[in-house]
Amino acid sequence: MKISYGERMSSGVIYFLLALLVFVTFYPFWNSAVISFNTGSDTSLGGVTFWPRDFTFDNYEVVFQDKRLNQAFLISVLRTVAGTLLSIVLTAIFAYGMSKKELVGRKYYMIFCIIPLYFDGGLIPSYMLVRSLGLMNSFWVMVIPALISIWNMIVFRTFFQQLPDSLEESAKMDGCGYWRTLFRIVLPISGPVVATLALFTAVAHWNDWFTATLYISNAKLLPIQTLLQQILSSNIMSEQMMQTSSAAQSHMASARTITTKSLTMATMMVATIPIILVYPFVQKYFVKGVMVGSLKE
Amino acid sequence: MVVPALLFIFVFSYVPMYGILIAFKEYDIFAGFNASPWVGLTNFKEFLYAPEFKTVIRNTLGISFLKLIVGFPAPIVLALLLNEVKIPLFKRVVQTISYLPHFLSWVIVSGFVVTMLSADYGSLNIALEKLHLIDEPVNWLTIPNYFWTILIATGLWKGVGFASIVYLAAISGVNPDLYEAASIDGAGRFKKIYAITLPCIMPVISIFLILAIGDLLSAGFEDILLLQSDIVRDVSDVLDTYVYRVGIRNSLFSYAAAVGLFKAIISVALLTIANAIARRSGNSLW
Repeated sequence: MKISYGERMSSGVIYFLLALLVFVTFYPFWNSAVISFNTGSDTSLGGVTFWPRDFTFDNYEVVFQDKRLNQAFLISVLRTVAGTLLSIVLTAIFAYGMSKKELVGRKYYMIFCIIPLYFDGGLIPSYMLVRSLGLMNSFWVMVIPALISIWNMIVFRTFFQQLPDSLEESAKMDGCGYWRTLFRIVLPISGPVVATLALFTAVAHWNDWFTATLYISNAKLLPIQTLLQQILSSNIMSEQMMQTSSAAQSHMASARTITTKSLTMATMMVATIPIILVYPFVQKYFVKGVMVGSLKE
Repeated sequence: MVVPALLFIFVFSYVPMYGILIAFKEYDIFAGFNASPWVGLTNFKEFLYAPEFKTVIRNTLGISFLKLIVGFPAPIVLALLLNEVKIPLFKRVVQTISYLPHFLSWVIVSGFVVTMLSADYGSLNIALEKLHLIDEPVNWLTIPNYFWTILIATGLWKGVGFASIVYLAAISGVNPDLYEAASIDGAGRFKKIYAITLPCIMPVISIFLILAIGDLLSAGFEDILLLQSDIVRDVSDVLDTYVYRVGIRNSLFSYAAAVGLFKAIISVALLTIANAIARRSGNSLW
């Protein structure tokens, strides 16, 4: 079939618009990475855009030697691992129970779960609850309130209900109870769903900065995102550098090439790396995840 | 198997719902929740007459409407554009890059925004100076007039790609025979989009629109909190950030809870109304 002039023109416009979108989306990321690899003193002269002009690893050296940043990174890793593992296991158990037809009052439990999706107490009552539970300034405040995800339960449940009954019947014949059936038979064949939900949960844990802002004042318990937010908002980095290891200090004295900006950019990159690492895996699964997630509506 | 989780939901979702009663009390930190005296609607009245009421409501509605008008159709347009791409590699690159910002935290995104817009050789200033559109660097984030634009653009940057996934999936579910028939009838690209694609994905669009309307009073929280400063407070304070500021920072629990409840009630009402309207076309949530 002949392609008309108009069709070709509009194709050109479409490709151009999408290429522009790619550029606009990617550039901030690229530029920040470039600044993190450029000496701070050179960056402050201006004009650093697409390529580092005075390439260096100094910013990263300082970031990796900073005790507070290392601690925050560790906290982030711990809460992400603990939060994801516990939440997925507990939510799966919950969902498995909810998927059973023989569960008495199942319909009412479901309504009980759906109401909070549309109406919740809001920030202040939640804050007061956490406070009265004694979770303030505790590592677990970043894990416990997020243990059961109602959304994830619905996704799990939908998946479990689609599994053929015969699978579980044979397990039951062999004398497996609900628990063993879940862990030995059902979960092992739920790989893709578990992976999708685990990755989404992990990303959410890694990116969450607000929980810690709200409930944690102990600087040793802050996750990297919260610490980064504090650095960005008050640029306490320069002041912080005075107090960090002497290695960083002598570095400063000898080179004076590091600025608040270059350090902040390097910290930002470090806080993003885990996301970039898991992104290819997330991408593989998330289309499926989004679809299952939107089924509930 | 379900009892522990139900108890958990009871504690973390239903107890705060009960805790919202604090909005009708005057919270006394020493007396505690139960012993604090009832004050009826005093807190709500106080909010309605507060000098911030007008600005907060104006900002909430303004930002929210702009986000809806720009942010709602954008992913649909993106999905339609992507659907026209016939080169698989190009399509994959666009998708990979445009989905990525969704997975970055708001802290990182705000860091990017600050870097791009910085008066200290931020890229936007460099570009605009090269194009001779401005004579000297502008500190964009400190100018109230630009704040809403920055906020909407940032939200678009972060969300448009990922939001397009659902629409792309819906488009791929359209029966290809329809397009073929249209081609034989001589329909061009735009005619096909207008006459086939859009009507076919209408149910999906409708459901997301209902949800978006229910969320009208959520103008944003993390993005505003991270990008605002005292200089732009007048144009950036919305209901959610206001609740956080007066409630947590200033410890006015009862007053802030009242503001929060005010928001929650209107949101549920909006959702119900939007759903009722959508039900007539058969695409409602419930």
